[in-house]
Amino acid sequence: MSGSETEKEAHTTATEEAKPEVAINMIPVFVMGKRYDVPEGLTIMKAMEYAGYKFIRGAGCRGGVCGACATVYRKAGDYKIYAGLACQTVIEPNMYLTQIPFYPANRAEYRFEELKPEPEEIFKLYPEVFRCLACNACTKVCPMDVEVMDAIAAIKKGDIAKAAELTFSCIQCGLCASRCLGELPQYHIFQLARRIYGAKIAPQAEHLKQAAQAVEEGKYEKVLQELMGMGIEDLKILYQEREIEPEMAGEDWEPADKRHL
Amino acid sequence: MPYTEELKRLIKIVEKTRAERVARKRRGEEFPLMSMEERAEVLKYHPDYGEEGRREIKVGPSKGYRVAHEIVDLLEARSRVDPDAVDLSQIHVETDVLIIGGGGAGTAAALLAEEQGAKVIIATKLRHGDANTMMAEGGIQAAAKMEKDSPYIHYLDVMGGGHFKNVPELVYTLVTQAPDIISWLEGMGLMFSKLPDGRLKTMHGGGTSRKRMHYAADITGIDIMRTIRDEARNRPRISAMEFSPAVELILNEHGHCVGALLYNMETEEYHIVKARAVILATGGCGRLHIQGYMTTNHYGATADGLVLGYRAGVGVCFLHTVQYHPTGAVFPEQLEGFLITEKFRAAGANILNIDGEQFVNEREPRDVEAAAFIRECLVRGKGVPTPTGKLGVWLDSPMIDILHGEGTVEREFPGKFIAHKRFGIDISKEPMLVYPTLHYQNGGLEYNANGETVIPGLFIAGEVSGGVHGENRLMGNSLLDIMVFGRIAGKNAAIYAQEKAKKGKLTLDHVRAYHRELEEAGIVTDRVAPMLLPDYTDPEVRKRQLTAYYVGTLR
Ligand SMILES: Cc1cc2nc3c(=O)[nH]c(=O)nc-3n(C[C@H](O)[C@H](O)[C@H](O)COP(=O)(O)OP(=O)(O)OC[C@H]3O[C@@H](n4cnc5c(N)ncnc54)[C@H](O)[C@@H]3O)c2cc1C
Ligand code: FES
Repeated sequence: MSGSETEKEAHTTATEEAKPEVAINMIPVFVMGKRYDVPEGLTIMKAMEYAGYKFIRGAGCRGGVCGACATVYRKAGDYKIYAGLACQTVIEPNMYLTQIPFYPANRAEYRFEELKPEPEEIFKLYPEVFRCLACNACTKVCPMDVEVMDAIAAIKKGDIAKAAELTFSCIQCGLCASRCLGELPQYHIFQLARRIYGAKIAPQAEHLKQAAQAVEEGKYEKVLQELMGMGIEDLKILYQEREIEPEMAGEDWEPADKRHL
Repeated sequence: MPYTEELKRLIKIVEKTRAERVARKRRGEEFPLMSMEERAEVLKYHPDYGEEGRREIKVGPSKGYRVAHEIVDLLEARSRVDPDAVDLSQIHVETDVLIIGGGGAGTAAALLAEEQGAKVIIATKLRHGDANTMMAEGGIQAAAKMEKDSPYIHYLDVMGGGHFKNVPELVYTLVTQAPDIISWLEGMGLMFSKLPDGRLKTMHGGGTSRKRMHYAADITGIDIMRTIRDEARNRPRISAMEFSPAVELILNEHGHCVGALLYNMETEEYHIVKARAVILATGGCGRLHIQGYMTTNHYGATADGLVLGYRAGVGVCFLHTVQYHPTGAVFPEQLEGFLITEKFRAAGANILNIDGEQFVNEREPRDVEAAAFIRECLVRGKGVPTPTGKLGVWLDSPMIDILHGEGTVEREFPGKFIAHKRFGIDISKEPMLVYPTLHYQNGGLEYNANGETVIPGLFIAGEVSGGVHGENRLMGNSLLDIMVFGRIAGKNAAIYAQEKAKKGKLTLDHVRAYHRELEEAGIVTDRVAPMLLPDYTDPEVRKRQLTAYYVGTLR
């Protein structure tokens, strides 16, 4: 068994995540050029830990969503530079790798409430978008398969909505910025685009404000106070009597019992 | 790694029963929900229900309370520093409000504190945003569709989920502030999944009676975290100190909380931050691997806040229960513990045993659902074995494409789709193999609806706290919790800092007293806490690390 986070003895806090149990096949990997033999099948992160590294930087969620563990690597006999997330990428024999836990990138400060939903706002804050040379190195390096260059192109054309949608799964690891010839901080630019889109371009949900206002006006105060004063047994009865919205019900479903709405 | 031949053979059995199950789903026929008696019966198989996993805490404000060994080990441990070695006159930096923990609760608190005019420092262990908040997928609850839902109904759901033991005032605050929270987030630019007219899409989660889970595809937590962090970075009065976990709270001669001792993990220096009010928002404890379980939690979820608060005198509650998420990946090995959001079940995917049969409704509260999986695998012998000898049950994701149209799985669950694709598994065509995984710290430090603790000047918010979810949190109520109580703590801490904070001499006497109490209780140990980071070094390698004393980053 490789990469086991499960098989821990109870009562211990030290864990042995990378301890393999079944027939181990050790393979060489080169961490910043130095060779370590580690069990095959591990992710880059677990392989480095197995070898004795203890991360302070370069590890966050350990689940592929935070962008802390950006890693670049080469394979034996291959000139190409590959990139991936250390927590998600499985090691290969003779991989040469290094983590890039931080890469400097300019981030503009702004007062969000004052921004207008117009591309000029982004151009003003990030004039460097126009330095994009359309080389597509950013897209190639992205571990989340975001169409980075296309999203920058969308911004240049003024299509904030498209940029927001294209970059929705961005985890801001910074690899795009590290490869950019035009020195763009793509992931910061996209964050701005998504916020403008979400708050100022996408249609807003009126029902949220109405519901918040109903609370504010005390609409539910009396019934809630009653619930709060109730004993467990009475609560249990109410709980079991709840009318359950069917799973396949459409948006227009309404309950038969409208007393507490 | 793709499914092995043996697992592919077992998947054929799942495929055989699929058409009939899809037809039943279409007719609205569900596997029956359990009665209260049946729930009680199955819960006997939940890891929380065995006493052997727990022991009494021998010291501190909740002395005598029985909680998981892994937590007691940390509470019955010494400080990382000798209080006598710390020079409390050397103040590194001063602020109005010090927030410990840069996750969702801490960041929401920072925004509100700043809006009150306070100068804010967020001291956090890893990078700002490296937190469980970033990992949340399923969504955030709020009763915001008035034609079918209300805070009243939300309240009942929360209480039922928590076994009716939740603290009523906290639940009241949670459910009443919910709609405003969603609106606040929308206003900051969160990209919620919406219908064309702007209404938010909502779905069920385990234990909900109305569809009130709001979401941003399957990365709700990322979108919340990155958006509010972006806003915090725009505010000139908020600054973040990264890789600087707090290792001790600092009190003053009146017993008020006035700062913390931080540890710069990179330079290994200790620094004193002095503040007029402090908010503890350090999140949960998944990385303690309670009872040996795998976990969904981020690297820094090591219960530090519990240790800090407890040593300073804040009691703990509801810590005897820990939440195991029913559906953690058990295959491929590399994804082990990886959370498979409840939304797969909400979208129609069945849970099946090795015979391709349903054995539990997919929307029971989490503890019940998880216990049912454990019973099916360990007691009834109907689990699906993995090549490494673990057991799991099937989560039949391909049903979702059949029910809602081809491409739905890939569109609605891009994160899970890509993660499995990397290993050659197409979850829109093949089911996933899942088993319960350590997910959430239901209980924690005691506080009230104003975010206050028994220590003046010390506020708390988020997963580190206990009470609002009772013995079991429902999906989508934690993101709500951290936004609601984060904002409350932020606002109240700022007001406290302006109006009530009292000057006085700084002290770590509470740490000395705690050490004395440990000795008096006969606890002789070289354990130190907080842990800060788990250690996953190969034990063979560790044996050769002669000059390293591995407890967190301590060397
Ligand atoms: C995989 C996963 C999926 C989830 N899905 C959902 C969901 O769909 N819906 C839902 O409602 N909830 C969900 N949850 C639960 C929810 O995300 C968390 O409970 C919640 O985000 C916790 O927020 P928090 O701010 O309290 O803690 P966190 O977000 O964990 O933040 C705590 C912060 O404190 C820092 N810290 C820790 N110790 C110290 C220290 N000593 N000094 C300084 N800083 C420290 C940490 O590094 C971290 O940055 C999920 C959780 C996980 C793990
Ligand atoms: S550690 Fe978060 S993406 Fe790898």
